[in-house]
Amino acid sequence: MGKTIIPIGPYHPLQEEPEFFKLSVEGEKVVDIDVQIGYNHRGIEKLSEMKSFDQSTFVIERICGICSTSHPFAYTRAVEDIIPIEVPERAKYIRTIIAEGERIHSHLLWLGLAGHFLGYNTVYMWVWKLREEILDVMEIITGNRNNYAMFKPGGVRRDIKSEDIPVVIKKMDSIVPTLEMLKKAVIDDPILHARTKGIGILSKEDAINYCALGPTARASGVARDVRKDSPYGAYDKVEWDMIVTHNGDVFDKVVVRVLEVFESVKIIKNCFLNLPGGEIDANIMDIPSGEGIGNIEAPRGECFHYVRSDGTNRPVRHKVRAPTFMNLPTCKATVVGESISDATIILASIDPCYCCTERMTAIRNIRGKKILSGEDLVKLSREKTEILRNRMGVK
Amino acid sequence: MTREEVLCDLRKKFKDDIVEIIEKHSKRIYIEIKPESLVKMASYIFKDLKARFNTASGVDVRYHVEILYHFLIEDINLLVSLRVKLQKPKLEIASLSPIFKGANWIEREIHEILGINFKDHPDLRRLLLADDWPDGVYPLRRDYKEWDKNAIRDRGV
Repeated sequence: MGKTIIPIGPYHPLQEEPEFFKLSVEGEKVVDIDVQIGYNHRGIEKLSEMKSFDQSTFVIERICGICSTSHPFAYTRAVEDIIPIEVPERAKYIRTIIAEGERIHSHLLWLGLAGHFLGYNTVYMWVWKLREEILDVMEIITGNRNNYAMFKPGGVRRDIKSEDIPVVIKKMDSIVPTLEMLKKAVIDDPILHARTKGIGILSKEDAINYCALGPTARASGVARDVRKDSPYGAYDKVEWDMIVTHNGDVFDKVVVRVLEVFESVKIIKNCFLNLPGGEIDANIMDIPSGEGIGNIEAPRGECFHYVRSDGTNRPVRHKVRAPTFMNLPTCKATVVGESISDATIILASIDPCYCCTERMTAIRNIRGKKILSGEDLVKLSREKTEILRNRMGVK
Repeated sequence: MTREEVLCDLRKKFKDDIVEIIEKHSKRIYIEIKPESLVKMASYIFKDLKARFNTASGVDVRYHVEILYHFLIEDINLLVSLRVKLQKPKLEIASLSPIFKGANWIEREIHEILGINFKDHPDLRRLLLADDWPDGVYPLRRDYKEWDKNAIRDRGV
């Protein structure tokens, strides 16, 4: 039978972000896959080199809306590693609380989308309703539903008010029964078993060879979690368990994420109950020359930042490595050999995040192409709206 | 193996390959090595010391380009960074992708943004830059001059 090539993307109804998968199929079986990325490429590494260390925190926060804490967390740890300096205890706890809140809402977001990809839209609706509760909690703690702007090199920007703590703990308790219900609905569902068990298996050897990270690696039996391996924040001070399963299929990745949400709830509650007093900021004045590395466990795996300073107020080099950058190539090991109907959920099972993976570009004026300024774009947009209005007869 | 044993082991085994070892603090070690020893050392750290390859990062420092290969030895919480200095204009080094697949994409990225040729890389296509990006223009080089001047002014640097 001849090979057929099926393109998925760059823009496809099933994808939230632009990426391009070239599936080679024989009949219904996928025989090869090629991934092309770069459609979401914005120049953040270069941009960060032009901002001061403080301003960079905000630029980095906007790499991705879902991982809006992971990147500043890793970046601030990299900057603190240059000096090196320890942040105050209270700041460590607050950072941990925000990072875990992000993990819960990110895992729930993925679970909803996974349900949607499988045609199980009930899960999608339930989960996203539950996710709202978490976003409310984050709003109480930080003032924002996303892009919390809480991190700065040396500590956190705002303190948690003591009168908010009982409210938040009550809210966290109230979501546990719903989570239990969801866990049963997802893990015990026969249709979900039929769709996800035994497909897209990533073996332990492949997970190590591809340097897979986060839930993708933990579902394949690789006990790898930065929170346990090189503890930061308050992770070595509160009780929690690392979730590891051994089959490596899509179902196990679902299980790891669902059970991790429970652990995160536990961590947040423990942090609030043991929240120490004191300063929240180490007041860093100057960053000396040198280099620093910050790595933290983002919802999708290890987020890695490398910052080099030459003693001025701007980084010389800022390297960002998001977890999807290491996880996405594993699709060569998981998708090949599966049927084409399973390909979408296998590709989605690593919880890909493309805006994190692609960060860098530069504006150029070559080959005589015209570069449009912001004003030009606004003008073009207004003209187009006017044309549409006239065409549709809307005044 | 403890941290000291790992260090002793590396010092003994790769006596002629190591240029300098900087112990930043208890969790970070930077080891400068000769470019030709990279494959030997990286595969020892990855396979025998059971380290995880984090990523590589390249920096252009005017007269040479530095590449750092970061490995995390998870059992003892030690981040080992192998530093390789490549003198301009001969920017070429052996690829690590034949040893472990995790190095594939990052080498493609460094190839397109810093213009470093990775020998024996299985698939050195572009990863992030657009298809119509001109050949031989590397955006993270210090001598990169293709900036739109207005855009820099607008950034308010």
